[in-house]
Amino acid sequence: MNKAELTEYIKALDKESDAREGRQYVEVTVLPARLHELAGKIRENEELNFDFLVCITGMDYGQELGVVYHLRSTKHGHELVVKSRTADRQDPHLDSVTDIWKTADFLEREVYDLLGIKFTNHPDLRRLFLDKSWGFPLRKDYVDDINIVTK
Amino acid sequence: MEEQVINSVINEEEEYIINMGPQHPSTHGVLRLVVSLKGETVKNVEPHIGYIHRGIEKMCESITYQQIIHLTDRMDYLSAHINNEAVCLAVEKALEIEIPDRIKVIRTIMAELTRIQSHQLFWGTWGMDLGGLTCFFYGFRDREMILDIFEETCGSRMIVSYNCPGGLMYDIHPNFQKRVKDFIKYFRKTLPEYDQLLTGNVIFRERTIGIGRLSLEDAISYGITGPSGRASGFSCDIRKHEPYSAYDRVKFTEVLYSDGDTYHRYLARMQEMRESMDIIEQLIDNIPEGPYAVKMKPVIKLPEGEYYQKVETARGELGVYIVSDGNKNPYRVKFRSPNFVNLSVLNHIARDFKIADLVAIGGSLDLVIPDIDR
Repeated sequence: MNKAELTEYIKALDKESDAREGRQYVEVTVLPARLHELAGKIRENEELNFDFLVCITGMDYGQELGVVYHLRSTKHGHELVVKSRTADRQDPHLDSVTDIWKTADFLEREVYDLLGIKFTNHPDLRRLFLDKSWGFPLRKDYVDDINIVTK
Repeated sequence: MEEQVINSVINEEEEYIINMGPQHPSTHGVLRLVVSLKGETVKNVEPHIGYIHRGIEKMCESITYQQIIHLTDRMDYLSAHINNEAVCLAVEKALEIEIPDRIKVIRTIMAELTRIQSHQLFWGTWGMDLGGLTCFFYGFRDREMILDIFEETCGSRMIVSYNCPGGLMYDIHPNFQKRVKDFIKYFRKTLPEYDQLLTGNVIFRERTIGIGRLSLEDAISYGITGPSGRASGFSCDIRKHEPYSAYDRVKFTEVLYSDGDTYHRYLARMQEMRESMDIIEQLIDNIPEGPYAVKMKPVIKLPEGEYYQKVETARGELGVYIVSDGNKNPYRVKFRSPNFVNLSVLNHIARDFKIADLVAIGGSLDLVIPDIDR
């Protein structure tokens, strides 16, 4: 499927999500409550078959925190970007996709470690690189006490 | 008395925990594995990482694109050149700069030399982990020749920083082509020695065949790329599927096996060295004339947007995801590093094997720790 076909297909499959053609990939924005449902759908659907989760990127958009999923189908070769945002900076929660792609285990732990986004139903959500007492360094409002990060 | 001692030592029922690392020689870096054992059988492996976490992604947010190149060397230091290339390609794609053929060809040759030296190091150190000390000397002897070529052209041996957005830092040394050809001629002769020393060795085969098997479904689900994934039959070679630089003009085969055990992960790397030599041979006599760099503005500002570039390093898919807000510094940079993802499968494939096999299985994934920690 090319980009236009893929956009139309996802729009038809999931009417509530907002699919559009990006500069490089087709991008789908989905509400946090519907993230897990959409992920399951695009993984299981025979025509889409997104079985390879390439990477999960945690983002700090200023007001909101978000997660970007890069997906690929090993069977059909097409690629997709799924985005989800949450406005709650104090206690951000998103659904885990560990039961759909096993690679999400480590990738979600990394996002939790560096941005503090908690993943509901993750089997083992602990800090990965940093100590428990550390803040969340990839947030834009992170203040580094000993000024390693200066402009 | 004697009976009592035996009972207290061999208590098969009790599960006990040992720390492998962070200074264990077989991890080639600071990786700590907390291993739960029942007798000698591994029941759970839990990696503890972050000993050399430098926050490269955070540092990237406060520096310019030219400076990021030098940080990427420090991730997977054995694929330094290919890491540089990934960032350069992402920046060039964002700015829509057309790169002359000469640069593309030189980049490809250098990337393949990098791949060969990385696999040589893998062969040498992994052979040593499994008890063949000679492998270490053979591997490093031949790797030295490539590092000398790098030193002559790039000015440094491992952390090359030879790419820059828009081209290369300097032109190739006049001796470059001759030395590369000499090396290929030499290595074609010495590569069969590698097989004689290790591939056919009975002890080596006993320790690797059928150990740590990874199925194709799990390889895809865990996202295992590179030679480790291709040993399980996962066709994931970016050079084939989405050719960048000069890979669209060379003929080579994607090395695929279906067994997915430790032995085949090793074979995949051995075969890839041959493929890399084929690629270099096709290009080395046909380096086009032209400039070695495109003139760029001193301050690079990417247009607002998101850019994802993937390349095939010696260990798998490296993805560079840049989010730009139009400033001279990126808003967010994410490196999808192959080693970090490949590490996550270790618990799955090492479970129910013996503790001695854990060294073989861990080594066959060819992990580079600075790339895991970033």
